[in-house]
Amino acid sequence: MITRINVKYATPDARAKVKQKNFAELGLWGKIKAVEIVDSYAIDAKLNFADIKRVAKILTNPLMEKSTINRLEVSGKFDWMIEIGFLPGVTDNVGATAKETIEDLLKKKFKNGEGVYVSQVFFISGKLKLEDIQKIADSLYNPLIQSARIKSYAEFRKQKGTEKDVPKVRLSSSQNVGQVDLEVNDEELIKIGKQGIANADGTRRGPLAMDLDYMLTIQKYFRKIGRQPTDLELESIAQTWSEHCKHTIFANSMDEIKDGLYKTYIKGATNLIRKKKGRKDFCVSVFTDNSGGIEFDEKYIITHKAETHNSPSALDPFGGAITGIVGVNRDAMGFGLGAKPVVNIYGFCLADPKEKRVLYKDEDLKQKILSPKRIMQGVIQGVNVGGNCSGIPTAQGFLFFDERYRGKPLVFVGTVGLIPKKIRGKDSWKKKAMPGDLIVMVGGRVGQDGIHGATFSSEAMDSGSPATAVQIGDPITQKKMSDAIIKEARDAGLYNSITDNGAGGLSCSVAEMAKESHGCFVELEKVPVKYPGLEPWKIWISESQERMTLSVPKKKWPAFLKLMQRRGVEATVIGEFTNSGKCVVKNNGRVVMDIDLDFLHNGLPEKKLQTKEVKIKNLEPPKQKEKNLNKAVIQMLKRLNITSSEFISKQYDHEVQAGSVLKPLMGRGRVNGDTAVMCPVLNSKKGIVLSYGINPNYSDISTYHMAACAIDSAIRGAVAGGADIERLALLDNFCWCSSNEPERLWQLKQAVKACHDYAIAFGTPFISGKDSMFNDFKGFDENKKPLKISVPPTLLISAIGVVPDVARTVSLDAKFPGDLIYILGETFDELGASEYFAQISEKENKKYIGNNIPKVDARKNKKIYADLCRCIQRELVASSVSVGRGGIAVALLKTAMAGKLGVDVALAKIPGNVLQNDLALFSESQGRIIVTVSPKNQKEFEKKMKGNKAELIGKVTNKNFVEIKGLDGKNIVNLNLNFALLAYRSTFKDF
Amino acid sequence: MRKPKVLILSGYGLNCEEETKFAFELAGAEGRIVHINDLIDGSVKLKNFQILAIPGGFSYGDDTGSGKAYANKIKNHLQKEINDFVKEDKLVIGICNGFQILTNLGLLPGALNFNDSARYTDRWVDIKIEGESPWLVGIKTLSVPIAHGEGKYFTDKKTLAKLKKEKRITAKYFKGEICRYQDYPANPNGALEDIAGVLGAGGKILGMMPHPERAMFFTQLPNWPYLKEKYKREGKKIPIYGPGLKIFQNAVKYFQ
Repeated sequence: MITRINVKYATPDARAKVKQKNFAELGLWGKIKAVEIVDSYAIDAKLNFADIKRVAKILTNPLMEKSTINRLEVSGKFDWMIEIGFLPGVTDNVGATAKETIEDLLKKKFKNGEGVYVSQVFFISGKLKLEDIQKIADSLYNPLIQSARIKSYAEFRKQKGTEKDVPKVRLSSSQNVGQVDLEVNDEELIKIGKQGIANADGTRRGPLAMDLDYMLTIQKYFRKIGRQPTDLELESIAQTWSEHCKHTIFANSMDEIKDGLYKTYIKGATNLIRKKKGRKDFCVSVFTDNSGGIEFDEKYIITHKAETHNSPSALDPFGGAITGIVGVNRDAMGFGLGAKPVVNIYGFCLADPKEKRVLYKDEDLKQKILSPKRIMQGVIQGVNVGGNCSGIPTAQGFLFFDERYRGKPLVFVGTVGLIPKKIRGKDSWKKKAMPGDLIVMVGGRVGQDGIHGATFSSEAMDSGSPATAVQIGDPITQKKMSDAIIKEARDAGLYNSITDNGAGGLSCSVAEMAKESHGCFVELEKVPVKYPGLEPWKIWISESQERMTLSVPKKKWPAFLKLMQRRGVEATVIGEFTNSGKCVVKNNGRVVMDIDLDFLHNGLPEKKLQTKEVKIKNLEPPKQKEKNLNKAVIQMLKRLNITSSEFISKQYDHEVQAGSVLKPLMGRGRVNGDTAVMCPVLNSKKGIVLSYGINPNYSDISTYHMAACAIDSAIRGAVAGGADIERLALLDNFCWCSSNEPERLWQLKQAVKACHDYAIAFGTPFISGKDSMFNDFKGFDENKKPLKISVPPTLLISAIGVVPDVARTVSLDAKFPGDLIYILGETFDELGASEYFAQISEKENKKYIGNNIPKVDARKNKKIYADLCRCIQRELVASSVSVGRGGIAVALLKTAMAGKLGVDVALAKIPGNVLQNDLALFSESQGRIIVTVSPKNQKEFEKKMKGNKAELIGKVTNKNFVEIKGLDGKNIVNLNLNFALLAYRSTFKDF
Repeated sequence: MRKPKVLILSGYGLNCEEETKFAFELAGAEGRIVHINDLIDGSVKLKNFQILAIPGGFSYGDDTGSGKAYANKIKNHLQKEINDFVKEDKLVIGICNGFQILTNLGLLPGALNFNDSARYTDRWVDIKIEGESPWLVGIKTLSVPIAHGEGKYFTDKKTLAKLKKEKRITAKYFKGEICRYQDYPANPNGALEDIAGVLGAGGKILGMMPHPERAMFFTQLPNWPYLKEKYKREGKKIPIYGPGLKIFQNAVKYFQ
């Protein structure tokens, strides 16, 4: 029996007002008179009417809301109704909470198959045609996860409201596990690898992302053991061997680099740096675990890890981003015996939200890809809900725009964790599943959501990309699990090992932990599922969210289970770790998987990757002098890659856990900074400094220097905030494209080599990293013309450091008139791929990328960074800003706008060599920091900076103007601060 | 001196319990974080505490309405314990989500509606303190952060008049030091008559949207880098603590 309880605001509903505005922005200005929203709970359970009335009561706030049972009530006449609900099997958090509340109220559990399903009903009045309302509906739902029901007033009246049906999952799929015939010709093997195992009806199950080599290797293995693989075995191997999980491109040999890029360059650099640092080495656990861990103080370790969730975000931006952020939170929980997430970071690489071009995945132009604006709003909202609901401060992030992110956006998410060095006297970063330990799955249940995530994100996105890879996160289920494990079970010593269920689901997490004990045995029928009828292979590889896998000693199990029950967390024994050397899976007694662990983990064939050099020569802009530099600066402040992103900073809780010190918005002018400082242990003065570097635009000239600049930028940002370069560690996140092309691999090789060279030169070790190698989109334009969009080779470098006293960190805002302005570092004619060239290109509708890419002199910069750190520790610096995108002009403007104080600066004295005013203003030469210093500290500051290229270039003033004199001493910029702030805040003011 | 015992509720998505406990202990209390299920199954007794703190967070992810589901759980299992607790000479504070829960419980009048922006907002505000409460002794104004999606205070005319008469509207947003510094409007969410917090039980129950525990240290202030420079140049001492701490100290004093 289905009963609908409909709840509506009796008081003004802010959500409806905002929606009305959003609808109008779809080109329907003046057409929409009113919008009303009704939240509808469809209860599919046997309840008597008295109970229904009690339920309605507790779902309604008597002061603000009214509820009706089954009737849908609206205040006035309306013209259209749109109901948005979830598709079967899609995570419905509100529905789940409603169910729990009802069960708690009525003191009785829902039966299997009973449930609560929410939908939102929009009543819209206005002169709207069907196509208008269709447009509105499209803006409200994503057909991959939601359904939309549209009705005119007449239809609504005729049918007396809306249907009483619910999106219940009904699976008729077969329970039996099939064998896959691998004794077929290569053509068929390739097909299985690419499109997946064939179902009875001839349809394919979706990508295994395995090429012929892989398929032949598997064929050979099963010939050896004298049988055919089951579908579950083949799926399982595909997950484990996927690029996503095994990072084969970084692992395999490349040209002369026999041990591969990762071992040789990334790990190689870290090992060398650690050796050099000797007793000063602060790395604790690097590369081996879900996150990298460094020393925080004598008591604690901090961990860091950044991830991407690009492919899912392209399909469903909200779901992709929220599962990204809660997923990387589990990488903290999965470090050692479990670290507590204490800081989140984010970064979105997107196409211009104003871009209107319509693209399709398929040639029949049926599968439209989402608009850049939709993707932008979705990913921002995803991290909003994921971070805020989890009570983890989102302290820092960035936006970067380029048209080449139109096909696949890049969604970076990262989490810093905190864990005591010792737990019950043992080293907290060590863990080992022991033979005989129980395999315990904790947290959410398994469903159809998240099938083939690992394999499809290892390929270009096209019309074959499975919608089943899409999921929505459930932060509260995870929060309950996180609290129960990290704050209680861990310190009670109730488990031996723990890892996250991410890509590949159980098939990867269990097999991964099985390495520790050297074997595992799983009984699939014990795995709790969201709904009956799920095929065994899906249960095994599903990436359903909010799950951790733990190894629990048998004698600890009763205590562990009791604790989880008391905390409202589901925990289930699904098998046992063994030392059989095998990964064995049974389903209702029948063996459905029995593979040697060694083959599963190390059986994949080695590849020899070949690269091919790419030579690039770009068009240089004409050397004519820019006349109106005032205007150029103002335009620069409005640029997508420079403008204020306050609307994001303000909707992400960055102060929960009470550790926020340097916040996302700095000074009176609320300017976005590149440096965040957090205080993760409240009774300690020590802090964490976070910064980042990302310059994909530089890849258009040289990926080697792109990577070098990303590293220098990340370090520079941290140092500007007060970090000590001797206590800085780095993360690398590569987001490449077409990594099967030798030219792209050559670019990759250059970038990774730069990471090696500069990490060593700066003495900053890599502690963790991740890559995503196929960020390409293959589709069609409106005229069915096939096209491929590849992201520019993108590298995010995240820096994390520890400072002894958070009160000795520095914000970027100018503090007092009369303070002296210094520039540290040299300025050269290095505007290749700069924001300024992009600005000129747009103005003249050309592609002036140029070739003079900024080059990094690590030795020179390192001395500046070390000396500045000493100055900051001595409290000689009043403000400090890293000079990056937009050059000196933007850095000075930020300092002035943030402090709401004028500056009076002369460029004639800047160190370096640059001959043109506009180039001097906008050059993106690395290694530069602009600081302000109280005249009282001038002597000591200059003494400490001796031997560096550093010059006094002007003063902070109490005028409301930014005044800059050019190389020739003439005034070139004279900007009113209010005007500048207006420009800086204009681009996203309606977001 | 004797330390008052504070019970800080946790569970189901509340998430500010640790820093709230820290603030109480910094102020000289003895704090204990207690999962609501441990109260329900009786393994911890509310009556053994002097102060009940319902901290901020996202109980049940605000599903079905902020604070609603958690309040229902309390109603279903702990109504009597709560009623007995507030009858005695004890203190209760609800911060942010805790305030939303207290209003849903009917322990405080009014309700918290969606922000006018219909969006979660984290920023600093200034509040003016009025009315008599042990929590607020000697506090005239406070600069503290808010962080919520449903913080717009609402109540009906009758209740509003009553609240005014009884001086129970204790915190109002106004344009003070921080709003001037960051150039923000006083009212962050469209709250009725700028109401940020109200009192119950003769001032012993305090509910507020702002987070005093996020203003317990000087370095939590958005303008601390400026103030530090200023104090240094004036030869003044750099403070360690922030304005929010006083609320917790007041609660401790009340029992000493």
